[in-house]
Amino acid sequence: MNEHVRLDTSPHVSDEVRKTTCYMCACRCGINVHLRDDGTGTGKKKIRYIEGNNDHPVNRGVLCAKGSAGIMQHYSPARLRKPLKRVGERGEGKFEEIEWDEALGIATGWLGDVRKSDPKKLAFFTGRDQSQSFTGWWAQQFGTPNFAAHGGFCSVNMAAAGIYTFGGAFWEFGSPDWKHTELFMLFGVAEDHDSNPIKLGLAELKRRGKKTIAINPVRTGYNAVADEWVGITPGTDGLFVLALVHELLKAGKVDVDYLIRYTNAPWLVVHAPGTAEHGLFARDADQKPLVIDRRTGKASPYSAQGVKPDLRGEIQLEDGRVARPAFHLLTDKYLDEGYAADQVSERTGVSADQIRSIAAQLAEAAFEKEIVIDRPWTDMKGERHEKMIGRPVAMHAMRGISAHSNGFQTCRSIHLLQILLGSIDCPGGFRYKPPYPRPVHAQPAPHGGGEPGKPLAGPQLGFMRSPQGLLLEEDGVTPQRIDKAYSWDAPMSSHGLMHMVIANAHARDPYGVDVLFMYMANMSWNSSMNTAGVMKMLTDKDENGDYIIPKLIYSDAYSSEMVAFADLVLPDTTYLERHDAISLLDRPISEPEAVCDAIRWPVLEPDRDVRGFQSVLIDLGARLGLPGMTNEDGTAKFKDYADYIQNHQRKPGIGPLAGWRGEDGSKTGRGEPNADQLQAYIDNGGFSQTHVPEEALYYKFANKAWQDFAVDMGIQDGPVECVFQLYLEPMAQFRLCAQGLAEPKTPDTHKQRILDCFDPLPDWYAPFEGEGIETSEYPFHALTQRPAAMYHSWGSQNAWLRQIHGHNPMYVPGDICDAVGLKTGDWAWVTSHHGKIKVPVQRMDAVNGKTMWTWNAIGKRKGAWALSDGAPEAEKGFLLNHLIHELLPPKSDGMRWSNSDPITGQAAWFDLRVNIEKAEAGEAESLPQFPAQDGPVPDGADGPLRYGAGWLKEFMTR
Amino acid sequence: MTMLPDRQPGAKALGLVIDLDTCVGCHACVVNCKQWNTAGYGAPLSDTEPYGDDPSGAWLNRVHSFEVTPADAPAQIVHFPKSCLHCEDAPCVTVCPTGASYKRAEDGIVLVDEDMCIGCGLCAWACPYGAREIDPVEQVMKKCTLCVDRIYNDNIPEEDRVPACVKTCPAEARHFGDLADPTSDVSMLVAERGGMDLMPEQGTKPVNKYLPPRPKAISDMAPLPAIAEPKADGGVLGWLDRALDRL
Amino acid sequence: MHPAVSVIFFTVTSGAGFGLMFLMGLGWPMPESGVGIFMALALAGLLSVAGLLSSTFHLGHPERAWRAVSQWRSSWLSREGVLAIVTLLVFGVYAFLWFFFGVRSGAAGVLMSVFAAATVFATAMIYAQLKTVPMWQTWLTPACYLAFSLTLGLVLAGMLNGNGVVGGLPTALWASLSILLAWALKMSWWNRAGSVGFSTTGSSVGSATGLGAIGDVKLFERPHTGENYLTREMVHQIGRKHASKLRLIAVALGALVPVLLMLGAASGMVPTLFLALAALSLLTGLFAERWLFFAEAKHAVSLYY
Ligand SMILES: Nc1nc2c(c(=O)[nH]1)N[C@H]1C(S)=C(S)[C@@H](COP(=O)(O)OP(=O)(O)OC[C@H]3O[C@@H](n4cnc5c(=O)[nH]c(N)nc54)[C@H](O)[C@@H]3O)O[C@H]1N2
Ligand SMILES: Nc1nc2c(c(=O)[nH]1)N[C@H]1C(S)=C(S)[C@@H](COP(=O)(O)OP(=O)(O)OC[C@H]3O[C@@H](n4cnc5c(=O)[nH]c(N)nc54)[C@H](O)[C@@H]3O)O[C@H]1N2
Ligand code: SF4
Ligand code: SF4
Ligand code: SF4
Ligand code: SF4
Ligand code: SF4
Ligand SMILES: [Mo]
Repeated sequence: MNEHVRLDTSPHVSDEVRKTTCYMCACRCGINVHLRDDGTGTGKKKIRYIEGNNDHPVNRGVLCAKGSAGIMQHYSPARLRKPLKRVGERGEGKFEEIEWDEALGIATGWLGDVRKSDPKKLAFFTGRDQSQSFTGWWAQQFGTPNFAAHGGFCSVNMAAAGIYTFGGAFWEFGSPDWKHTELFMLFGVAEDHDSNPIKLGLAELKRRGKKTIAINPVRTGYNAVADEWVGITPGTDGLFVLALVHELLKAGKVDVDYLIRYTNAPWLVVHAPGTAEHGLFARDADQKPLVIDRRTGKASPYSAQGVKPDLRGEIQLEDGRVARPAFHLLTDKYLDEGYAADQVSERTGVSADQIRSIAAQLAEAAFEKEIVIDRPWTDMKGERHEKMIGRPVAMHAMRGISAHSNGFQTCRSIHLLQILLGSIDCPGGFRYKPPYPRPVHAQPAPHGGGEPGKPLAGPQLGFMRSPQGLLLEEDGVTPQRIDKAYSWDAPMSSHGLMHMVIANAHARDPYGVDVLFMYMANMSWNSSMNTAGVMKMLTDKDENGDYIIPKLIYSDAYSSEMVAFADLVLPDTTYLERHDAISLLDRPISEPEAVCDAIRWPVLEPDRDVRGFQSVLIDLGARLGLPGMTNEDGTAKFKDYADYIQNHQRKPGIGPLAGWRGEDGSKTGRGEPNADQLQAYIDNGGFSQTHVPEEALYYKFANKAWQDFAVDMGIQDGPVECVFQLYLEPMAQFRLCAQGLAEPKTPDTHKQRILDCFDPLPDWYAPFEGEGIETSEYPFHALTQRPAAMYHSWGSQNAWLRQIHGHNPMYVPGDICDAVGLKTGDWAWVTSHHGKIKVPVQRMDAVNGKTMWTWNAIGKRKGAWALSDGAPEAEKGFLLNHLIHELLPPKSDGMRWSNSDPITGQAAWFDLRVNIEKAEAGEAESLPQFPAQDGPVPDGADGPLRYGAGWLKEFMTR
Repeated sequence: MTMLPDRQPGAKALGLVIDLDTCVGCHACVVNCKQWNTAGYGAPLSDTEPYGDDPSGAWLNRVHSFEVTPADAPAQIVHFPKSCLHCEDAPCVTVCPTGASYKRAEDGIVLVDEDMCIGCGLCAWACPYGAREIDPVEQVMKKCTLCVDRIYNDNIPEEDRVPACVKTCPAEARHFGDLADPTSDVSMLVAERGGMDLMPEQGTKPVNKYLPPRPKAISDMAPLPAIAEPKADGGVLGWLDRALDRL
Repeated sequence: MHPAVSVIFFTVTSGAGFGLMFLMGLGWPMPESGVGIFMALALAGLLSVAGLLSSTFHLGHPERAWRAVSQWRSSWLSREGVLAIVTLLVFGVYAFLWFFFGVRSGAAGVLMSVFAAATVFATAMIYAQLKTVPMWQTWLTPACYLAFSLTLGLVLAGMLNGNGVVGGLPTALWASLSILLAWALKMSWWNRAGSVGFSTTGSSVGSATGLGAIGDVKLFERPHTGENYLTREMVHQIGRKHASKLRLIAVALGALVPVLLMLGAASGMVPTLFLALAALSLLTGLFAERWLFFAEAKHAVSLYY
């Protein structure tokens, strides 16, 4: 078409490509940031395009909607510009900009006083932190026991249940074997942290024509493309899964060999009701658990050479006590007709036929479609196996399971199902990502205490071994931690309870704090329950007119709702302007077949007076003279975070990054610091990747080759035995405490629920909120889902993403609509035991008939995020959080439990029960509304946005 | 020239094949398209009130979601991406008074020459699919270019010479290729999976094809036979004995 | 469809102008006085040109409007442009001869009539050609456009020639007959519009998504929560009540009032005044009719929203 020959099909794209790691969410994909002269003649570089890094292990070249909108995030008008000191009242958002020296001076003053007097008066909580191994270490040097990140309100149930059961976990600690699996079950996932990997995996299953079964009340996204949908009633997955277990046991469709070799199924459990041994493992003199040896019929240590353990029966031990194999108890429990498909069908909302059919599909996939890979391997007992046998059933689960008060047990139930099928870390099953497997005994134990001027003995967070380890004051009742983690409230908390910090500090229960120091968590908005209440707690004053929470330091990069409540704001950079380490000491980005870690680096220099938060912590650490951050002469040990990343050593030879260690960068995993390490990462595209040896690819929990590799890599210091804990002894110990048979004794207030919930075998109990209310009053469930194209609160400042999700309706099942007379476009009041919100309604049928839902965190406070006061996010958008309380409805005794899992303290977001009624035709505005906050930054320009206009001339087809 | 080109023998028909069975509705293709094209072919894809009360803008690709209720099964959601289908008989081309809207003879890509466009909007009226949008600021017609500035671009690595939306799709629900060549991957995919035209009755002969969702039934595999009356001992535990002996 | 004022004004007024030219060309009685001739020519010229100009107001780039004549081989919009220009040229010649030499050239006249009619037809075809808007895609659309343009022409001619007599009938009577014809056509157009839906193409949400075979398909989520060009331009909704009110106004001002006024004219006293009022009323009525023509039209794209 010669009229149009002016079309240039080969235009110049960019002047330079810089490879780093995305942070539009926690998935941590590799990105190529294309930079180009901005066309203003100033020679300034501007982002032309951000694409996925084809070589990156996490995303292999793809990029999600959020990642693709990075340009709008990086140039967002909501970016903070300078340190801020509050001038108005908390919550108003009135600030004056100050210099960094003043800001750091103030912080050092406040923190220094606390450290000298009583370090636990600092509560340091770091939200959506990707540098916990550093921030935790900093807090440990400071000496406060009160440190945690967002895990407690996020998905600690998955992490804890997994680590306690098989030394790995869902979340992003492992992944399905997409290449080999025959049947995939997805429980309670809308988006997941592994955003792109899961999508890539589902695509691979589709390509291979393998089946996905989605268990989810809502049928959107992944659940919409799944081949079979189980529209389960929220909070009942445990029942559903144990019904599958019942069916499989009844039919003898379990991998007995696997159970005997790799699990504690044969271990003997003492049966001595009323004694302090009841429910504990029978052990020999050197504390080795015993099994019944089928050859002799006698008790013998499970690890003795050649022992042939039994899985059933009963034995009298020398000391006369009676004991039975854990598996015996297990079969007794789950063969009970109470777990039969017909029994659970009504509660779960899943037909008995579907349950039985799924059990049959599982059995078929695991045992008829067994995978055999001709790859010899040797187990840790030294036995050589000619082949790798695969039970190609893979499962994945996330917050639909974890965000319930029965989440820990439900997640354990899923792991039980996987293990009975022999499908953990075998071909086609669920695979560990390095550094996992890492069972409890290879994990740190939690440390409390906190003496003036001294560092803490060890890390604050870890895994509770037994009740003796609880972090309690002398009285054996009062929690040591402000969030009550590792107390009777949440004995096996593993990530802390960030969602309880503000409430407890406000109630001065167990004590008040002096400085609340937070990072990257929008606690006055979408990351808190009872949002309005939290705003009040942050602004409440005591009798002498001082804030009950006296000092609040907060680091954010943008003008969020939380910023408005801070006394001192430390402005962070965007993710393209700072150094970060995605470290093996942290939540890693490894793939099952490769050990990986990565960095971020300043691909652009900040054009504002902001500093990377981690560098600021390094600076504060030096100013406070914290050990590890200060030299003998009192000077700063590290220039900044980059310096720390390259030169800090946890143990000799082990640092934040595993790649290119040793003076010359020739070592991997272990090795001396390397001055050019970061450059080596940059040259390699921002990440390092070390492949796991062939022989070590599967059965890592018992694989000698893996153990050797892991030791070489510095992942562990010696071989770590990992026996799957189907029967979880610590739970039995807590029960003994609750029965008053063991120390420390459980206070009366907590006895009953520990007896009810701490079953050593995976168990199901009804979610607490549903039990606390009148079901007739609140007959329905209400949930949120992650929108794929929005990241919590921080996506709304994004000019592109907010066009896709500018406001959120409540999606209400057709049945409920018809029952209460609602149609799409109506407004409705949704009420819970705690509150009342007015929301726009949209009818939907592809959803569990008792369950309404909305997109998470779309609603915004007026004035935040540099948006206009009339922004749809504030006018029509809403938060479900206003209906969710951090405490459960009062019990008969007036006692109010926290709305959390009684075992881990995980926030039970999805236990919410509601009612709904049509709202009178008023103005179309969601309620509640709050007075607009004065952003510390001006509203975004309202003129049209024409990104790329600078390049127009060059690009136009002339 | 807005007469449609006569098909040259051997001319390509480049287009997309979109898999509705796999699309999870994540909008990655939407935003990546916006990103590539706002600083690429022609005028920027502008946004009005970007931080205001009514944010809105020009996009070349949008993902709808539909709820489909079969007679005998629960309702399901189908995510539905839509961009220009680069039709064989493109009405948007023939109605254009200026010749700005044209279809390339060599590969069938339908483009707008923005320098010639008077922004009358008639082509958008003629398109049944809503694949054309006038840019709110530049006031010229914008549409999917099939990334004509990527697929032939020597400044881009070979492997990445595909549309931005195709490269970025995490669910691999988007495929790009020559639908005139029956042996191409996309043509074969279309043949296997029964690829469909949207609104064939409009007579536009779309080049882009859509792969229908695979049937989703609640499977009815026969229940597992119980070993024996479970409670009666012997039952499962008896079986266990035998199983253990076999080891 | 979004009813753009400029387009409504354009179709009605240029219709009137070309209608008048059409009659002129056929030698319909016109004033003899120099002033009268000037009036007649001015009216025809202004109406059509004003219309054409306003039509460029809804263009994103009016300065490039000249390009629009290039694609007459395929584009009705282009054809309309070409025809309008030719018509105006012929009109120029005709006007020149008439005004300066008092000659109403038969040849130029016939040519002018043919092109004027063709132009109006082309305008109508811009809409009637669109498969995407079934309400428009019918021979009735050009028929209505032509009939209304003729009617407007007749009323204006009557006003100019003091209700002159043709074939034994006063122009007002011709006009009234034309009104009846036009509205008869429009009624059947409305009639069809009421029931046509997407039946001309058989399109449906099912065919638009290709999902019809699976079951009943309805929109779950729009691509974006806000409005966009497509929803504003093509998914424009108008209330039923609203529409029927406007229809009444259209018929009242576009048919009843003009006919009554023309009866008044028939009574013989100051016909020009009566016909002038009739013309005004008719124009207003047709603005309403034209507004509905767009506002009520359903575009295939609405199946996606
Ligand atoms: N109803 C309901 N509520 C929920 C959930 C739910 O499912 N339903 N989910 C819960 C879960 S799992 C989580 S994890 C929380 C998430 O909630 P939050 O942890 O609050 O996550 P965001 O709101 O995305 O971001 C927190 C803050 O980080 C800031 N930020 C962004 N980038 C940077 C940066 O580079 N540096 C710094 N310093 N700050 C930055 C943002 O501006 C924002 O203010 O929400 C919880 N709340
Ligand atoms: N795009 C995007 N990605 C994100 C985030 C984001 O904000 N946006 N947030 C990140 C964060 S912080 C987290 S924690 C992860 C969380 O990732 P997800 O685990 O996907 O979190 P949710 O979106 O809360 O999804 C919970 C799902 O569980 C379902 N569900 C609720 N109750 C039940 C139940 O009782 N049983 C079952 N089977 N299902 C149930 C809900 O319908 C929903 O589909 O996502 C991360 N990734
Ligand atoms: S999933 Fe998306 S937002 Fe998250 S890191 Fe990857 S590309 Fe970035
Ligand atoms: S990127 Fe792929 S999966 Fe996501 S919406 Fe687009 S086509 Fe669907
Ligand atoms: S989809 Fe629409 S714009 Fe694209 S070629 Fe077909 S008719 Fe033209
Ligand atoms: S808007 Fe531009 S491309 Fe479309 S018809 Fe008009 S001139 Fe042609
Ligand atoms: S092909 Fe290119 S222009 Fe077309 S939708 Fe995909 S990314 Fe956008
Ligand atoms: Mo989370």
